[in-house]
Amino acid sequence: MRMKRTAYPYILWIGIFIVIPLFLILYFAFTAGNSQDFSSFEISLSNFRRFFTPIYLKVLGRSVNLAFISTIICLALGYPMAYIISKERHKKRNIMILMFVIPMWMNFLLRTYAWLTLLGRNGFINFIITKIGLKPLDLIFNDKAVLLGMVYNFLPFMVLPIYSILVKIDKNLIEAAEDLGANRFEIFTKVIFPLSIPGVITGITMVFIPAMSTFIISSLLGGNKYNLIGNLIEQQFRWTGDWHFGSSMSIILMVFILITMAITSKFDKEKEGGGGGLW
Amino acid sequence: MVEKIGKRLYTFLIFLFLYAPIIVLIVFSFNDSKSRGVWAGFTFKWYIELFKDAGILRALYYTLLIAALSAIISTIIGTLAAIGISNMPGISKKIVLNLNYLPVLNPDIVTAVSLMALYRFLRLEFGFITMLLSHITFSIPYVILSVLPKLKQMNKHLAEAAMDLGATPFYALRKVVIPEIMPGIITGGLIAFTLSVDDFVISFFNTGKGVSNLSIEIFSMTRRGINPVINALSTLMFISLMILLLIINKRTEKNEIERGELR
Repeated sequence: MRMKRTAYPYILWIGIFIVIPLFLILYFAFTAGNSQDFSSFEISLSNFRRFFTPIYLKVLGRSVNLAFISTIICLALGYPMAYIISKERHKKRNIMILMFVIPMWMNFLLRTYAWLTLLGRNGFINFIITKIGLKPLDLIFNDKAVLLGMVYNFLPFMVLPIYSILVKIDKNLIEAAEDLGANRFEIFTKVIFPLSIPGVITGITMVFIPAMSTFIISSLLGGNKYNLIGNLIEQQFRWTGDWHFGSSMSIILMVFILITMAITSKFDKEKEGGGGGLW
Repeated sequence: MVEKIGKRLYTFLIFLFLYAPIIVLIVFSFNDSKSRGVWAGFTFKWYIELFKDAGILRALYYTLLIAALSAIISTIIGTLAAIGISNMPGISKKIVLNLNYLPVLNPDIVTAVSLMALYRFLRLEFGFITMLLSHITFSIPYVILSVLPKLKQMNKHLAEAAMDLGATPFYALRKVVIPEIMPGIITGGLIAFTLSVDDFVISFFNTGKGVSNLSIEIFSMTRRGINPVINALSTLMFISLMILLLIINKRTEKNEIERGELR
């Protein structure tokens, strides 16, 4: 087969733009010195020592916590939605799925920012609350607002993969379960849900990873008070200029995500073959 | 009955949640006041000012230029790579595919800072070129992932048959393989284009010299206050995409009907 040669340009591209950069991050993470001057680097663990102190661990803890909660909420809201859509007729189904994709065409920074108009002190929701005679609530610049932003931005990533598995489930299996006397609850817990696990796992990873690493949602809706690990990395690279410390945090973030994916894929017993076996 | 109402209500609430901010954006693009939250009457003035705002128009220009270039380049490299990968023996195929998944699964911010480190290492000046290279890098994997399934569906012996009949490998590629996987290529190109238009994180870290796209422009606006002009622009972009979608939908429907009749 001579056609495999057509992949060579991309293999070169992978080398330069994917592999080398990751090694550079590793190199930065395990060295210290002036970030601007490569000759001043010395091998050192000081970046990691600095990270494993209460201040930074607290930020890591908060990031994991918020990402975890938002993933759970997305799953709780998204699974029923995907299930409802998958039961609709062909045409309606496609329109509903499209309606999940359409919001993503509008710039997500703007969409997230628009929540400030809805949630703010003089915002729409507080307007209604004060109209019915209650006191206005503090809805923005706190943990809950950041959570809302995450659920809002990442919910489609949960619904779409679950939906695409649910529509492919063989109807005969469900009929067979009915014939064998299973009630609707049993059909769901014993047939439909187990079959949809691969979609659930894809959904969880697609929500957890961006939620864990975001820095925009927290800086827009958290009012800069609620730093997440993404904000710390951003600060080091864009403002403070300590690329070594920033790189070590990137490595820690990657390790965390790999661990999460390893745990979730444990639940996926019948993993399909093909690409991505390592992940 | 109760169940049906429950389902309807649930669907309605979820879609309300998804569309509330979009409705706010569209409504406030017609608001005759700079501050958000206060309705001061209907106006078209932001739409008129949009076409006078040099900063935003330049950001729009860079956004579209980079999206078009990166979509074209990544579609070419990605399609060729997918064809090559599908012809690779098991082990090297697995390695390349796993490396290909890296930018998909890696958090955006890690991809962004690692590319930033690369450009610094190569002493490239941050600007248009670095941003374009970064966009190509994160787009190619998606092109490959949308072309590969089409190659899998394709009859493996088609290209061989063409070559047995005297076609050169390049001719077979051009006349047999590419037309066969065209839908996958188009999907891949469209994904690459939208990803590029939408990207913030990777552009934010890998640009310089005053080159910015719309996302970066919006991000800096969130610090000093959003200019309603940007609401007007997003409303226009949103509506044009909707119209495009309706046209595509009508066309595929028509195609489906025609094909249905042929059968």
